[in-house]
Amino acid sequence: MNGDTTKKSTPYTVPIGPVHPALKEPVMFNFLMEGEVVKSVDFAPGNVHRGIEWMGMRRNPVQIVHLTDRICGICGIVHSLSFARAVEQIAEIEVPPRADYIRTILHELERMQSHLLWAGVAAHELGFDSLLFLTWRVREQSMDLIENLTGNRVNYGIVQIGGVRRDISNDQILLIEQGLAYYRGLLDQMKTVFLDDSTIRMRCRGHGLLSYRDAQLLCAIGPTARASGLAMDVRHDYPYCAYGDLDVQPVLPPQEFGGPQGDVYDRIIVRLLEIAQSIDIIQQCLDSMPAGEVLWEKKLPKLLSILKKAHGEAIGRVEAPRGECMHYVRMDGNDAPATWKVKASTYSNLMSWIPMLKGEQLADVPIIVASIDPCMSCTDRVTIIRNGSADDLTKEDLTQLSREKTRRFSRC
Amino acid sequence: MNETPHLSPMEIIDLYKTEFGAGIHDARITERGEGVQKTKGYNLWIRVDRELLRPAIKKLMDIRFPHLAVIAGNDLGDEIELLYIFSVFYGTKFGEYMVTFGIRLPKTDLTVPTITDLIPGALISEREKQEFFGITVTDIPDGRRLFLPDDFPQGVYPWRKDETGIKPEMIKELWAINRPKDRPAPPVPEKKPVMEVPAAEGEERKTGGAAE
Repeated sequence: MNGDTTKKSTPYTVPIGPVHPALKEPVMFNFLMEGEVVKSVDFAPGNVHRGIEWMGMRRNPVQIVHLTDRICGICGIVHSLSFARAVEQIAEIEVPPRADYIRTILHELERMQSHLLWAGVAAHELGFDSLLFLTWRVREQSMDLIENLTGNRVNYGIVQIGGVRRDISNDQILLIEQGLAYYRGLLDQMKTVFLDDSTIRMRCRGHGLLSYRDAQLLCAIGPTARASGLAMDVRHDYPYCAYGDLDVQPVLPPQEFGGPQGDVYDRIIVRLLEIAQSIDIIQQCLDSMPAGEVLWEKKLPKLLSILKKAHGEAIGRVEAPRGECMHYVRMDGNDAPATWKVKASTYSNLMSWIPMLKGEQLADVPIIVASIDPCMSCTDRVTIIRNGSADDLTKEDLTQLSREKTRRFSRC
Repeated sequence: MNETPHLSPMEIIDLYKTEFGAGIHDARITERGEGVQKTKGYNLWIRVDRELLRPAIKKLMDIRFPHLAVIAGNDLGDEIELLYIFSVFYGTKFGEYMVTFGIRLPKTDLTVPTITDLIPGALISEREKQEFFGITVTDIPDGRRLFLPDDFPQGVYPWRKDETGIKPEMIKELWAINRPKDRPAPPVPEKKPVMEVPAAEGEERKTGGAAE
């Protein structure tokens, strides 16, 4: 009888976040736990809102292209590409084929570095830090290539409305081929390290399950959806850039690993195989790269005056490393677009966390959360404004509090 | 699930026109080809009566289960237009189309039925539209805010272009917010160098030494 009063009430709540070592970016989780088992999950994104869409609706499209570069620190090209494609459709701008190919090459290089980055993060979440260091060292090659081609490691600034801002020279093509050869030689090794490791298999097989039906109903996309057996890949389904000329198939977990089961392990498989696929796509692009201009209109004032007259609405979508990235733009003859809606990939994958985490143990939460490769900066791009209410702490307040605390300590 | 065969964009539009007739205000197809071969991708834009939103989405689900990309919105002055952006026929080589249903809500009656019972994944997008456009999604299973912080003022909707949008004082002169009243008004005059003389001298000596 006494036991009832002393017994801790179950289920109890475990908050994780918004900033937590297990999370790479801020997001608030509340887990309702019964013992070690997650009963239900609630999450609150929105901690990295910067009001980018709001800012964009007050800027001209050329300025927005550079703003889109900064939506995400990893997907440097997908947002600018989606936005540029939407505006190009509204203003009926014909992108030179060579620019389409350069866009595709960078798009795939970005996928390679993003998947390698994710593989490292996944290894780290599993407590396998030597693998994290190895993966990220290998990733450097793709980062160096991107830097060589665009001038930057992140925030590439390569996409312009109507094409790309830099051409790829013959010397650079040689460099890309060297880079591809480097990764080709590593692929088998990476597969062995990740997929033949019994610890990784035990931690990931059968955990974080997302069924085919759930993936469909919860609008999952990208490797998350493909690991659950949904054959969806914008590059295969909907032609854009050079993909209309290429042979791209959606990567599903192959039969040799038991086919799609929708667990964390399958998401690792899909991403590793997609690195191989990216190498293949870049090679196809290099082999059939057309010659010619890379920009529809070089003179910015002329481009801007054309964009200013544009009327209409369009959707630009690309297959980002995490899945479909989509921008809706509506222009009504002003400098700034009337509407700009950014739908980042993680936006669609967030809901998948709920079935994935249910029934799992707390210790598996980090790898399951990481398994959709969440990108909160992309998702939370919207608006944050200080409202000036009494409970709102400004920088001055915080500095004041900090000073007071320092003084309190120094008095002791 | 019984799946209908792959349809062309025009066949989908025709299906909608025969089913809903005058309820379809505007239906058009845009196409775009890129690369060398200019393989075409198709977008379908269908503007419907607001009452027909759910039947239109159900019809699309009968054709093939669609993927809901996002719900976008336009502030058109007296009305708010919501755009339900779907893609259908994914998994078919270059056979996927974007299908967008547009409905208009007058600002006097900003309610729209939820579609989360049809597609649960729409929840995130519906919650976002509630906080950013000030619309009310009826029967929404979870009506909390999503991206905006809890202390964000009520009745301010960032994507509205009318008086309920972001007010200028919310973005300009942020320095004035919560500023203590007992300090001089900015711009603060430059400090007299009296206090900083020793430090400045020290700096100079240091840098001078380094240069030598």
